[in-house]
Amino acid sequence: MTPTTLEAMAASVPDGALVALPPDNSLPSIALAKALVRRGARGLRLLGVPVAGFAADLLIGAGCVAEIETSAVSLGEAGFAPRFSAAVKAGTLVVRDCTCPAVHTMLQAAEKGVPFMPLRGLIGSDILAHRPDWRVIDNPYADGGDPIVLLPALQPDIAIFHAVMADAEGNVWLGRRRECATIAHASKRALVTVERVVPGNFLEDERLAPGTINATYVTEVAVAERGAHPVALLDEYGFDAAYVADYARMAKTEAGFATWLDREVFSPRAAAAE
Amino acid sequence: MSDIRPEERLAAALARLIIDPAAPPARHIAVGAASPLPAAACWLVRKQGHPVRLSLLHRRSGNPFTEGTRELFDLTGQGRIDLFFLGGGQIDGQANLNLVGTGEWPGREVRFPGSFGSAFMYVMAHRTILFREEHSPRVFVEKVDNISAPGVNAPGVFRRGHAQALVTGKCVFRFHPERARFSLLSLHPGETVESIRAATGFDFDVPAEVPRTPDPTPEELALLRGPVCDEMLETYPEFCARVFNRKAAA
Repeated sequence: MTPTTLEAMAASVPDGALVALPPDNSLPSIALAKALVRRGARGLRLLGVPVAGFAADLLIGAGCVAEIETSAVSLGEAGFAPRFSAAVKAGTLVVRDCTCPAVHTMLQAAEKGVPFMPLRGLIGSDILAHRPDWRVIDNPYADGGDPIVLLPALQPDIAIFHAVMADAEGNVWLGRRRECATIAHASKRALVTVERVVPGNFLEDERLAPGTINATYVTEVAVAERGAHPVALLDEYGFDAAYVADYARMAKTEAGFATWLDREVFSPRAAAAE
Repeated sequence: MSDIRPEERLAAALARLIIDPAAPPARHIAVGAASPLPAAACWLVRKQGHPVRLSLLHRRSGNPFTEGTRELFDLTGQGRIDLFFLGGGQIDGQANLNLVGTGEWPGREVRFPGSFGSAFMYVMAHRTILFREEHSPRVFVEKVDNISAPGVNAPGVFRRGHAQALVTGKCVFRFHPERARFSLLSLHPGETVESIRAATGFDFDVPAEVPRTPDPTPEELALLRGPVCDEMLETYPEFCARVFNRKAAA
């Protein structure tokens, strides 16, 4: 396995792609999100699995995103996601509201290669009312009178996340954050940034194998040290609350966000650090 | 015992609802993105010796699930989550929750973060305790602008549980799913039926006698300030510093 570079990885994401991202508590690749901003990606359709956070707000603010399908966009303790909120108000972003288990279920249908899967709940919610692609049928295994929602399979073009390490075979290890495995399984391609590449094969180690995503599902690996920052990476490094709070403050306005981008994404120092 | 903080009273009120013998048993409780107070109430119940399993979804280290976050929803789908907590940017008199936003869909006036798992959890958990500290007519409205999760469903729609109660900064309401209405259960100190009416946009039932929300007992306060705070310190450092005046070790 030969790792690619972060900027080459960003270049391989075409404008308009449907891109699945994990939330801030589950290993998003902030490094690749910043590289996508630098490459000037446009028209991306984001899928929050099952919610979206810092990376999504950054991409929306930088004008990279046309649509988002998600169960929420939030900066956690730092509050509402400012560029997402501004884009909704301005009407410049198509938002497809979802609910967490529906995202998982649509991806699981794609994992299995079946056209749809049912899910309980949802009936009576305006989320369902605004989803013409979701159907209500009568449970064919009951005696009638048991409505249940069917959700179509959802196959993202690209899964993007950050893992702790890759091995010589191109397997990646990220422990128990298995939603990343779900999106890797369900997507056409998976682009994974890692802290480091190590020799050997994780699948030969019984203790590492359960937290590994098989190279079958991994299209490209790029090394990006501290690639999840400011988000936490398992027990490798913690959440940088001060960095996110500073972002939340500056990104309240368009001008503040532009200043933040210049400093943290476009400056030669910021780009070199990725 | 020093002065009781409002948060301590709310945590004790939530804990009493959790162990309410009239409600289905709370064997496995999940606490999501809600405020730290539901987590404090759950820890209080645990430290009182009740054998409940707590799955805290926002712990910074560790995580109760090994198959990803879908495991919470799979457990709930099977009926293995007894109690969940939800809030809302708007909550109406039929216990409908709006976590999407106000104005036209999808929240063109004020956009909230989003519905999270509410459209599923509210229907599929055995019961839900609603918690929203801000008690004002902008939060408690006659009819929510958008329904993230419905308070009740039409007959024939599969639904495992409903709201048990709504705990606010001013009072506790009980919810009656059979008539889709709240009734006043207790008033926090300083509140009257009239002050609750003035702060609430929806109509609710008032029994002949409305008791005061009890003070936490000295035993509850000692648990909250000691072992409960110890458990919360890592996940909610800001909350513990503010309420219990305790800082995490550097």
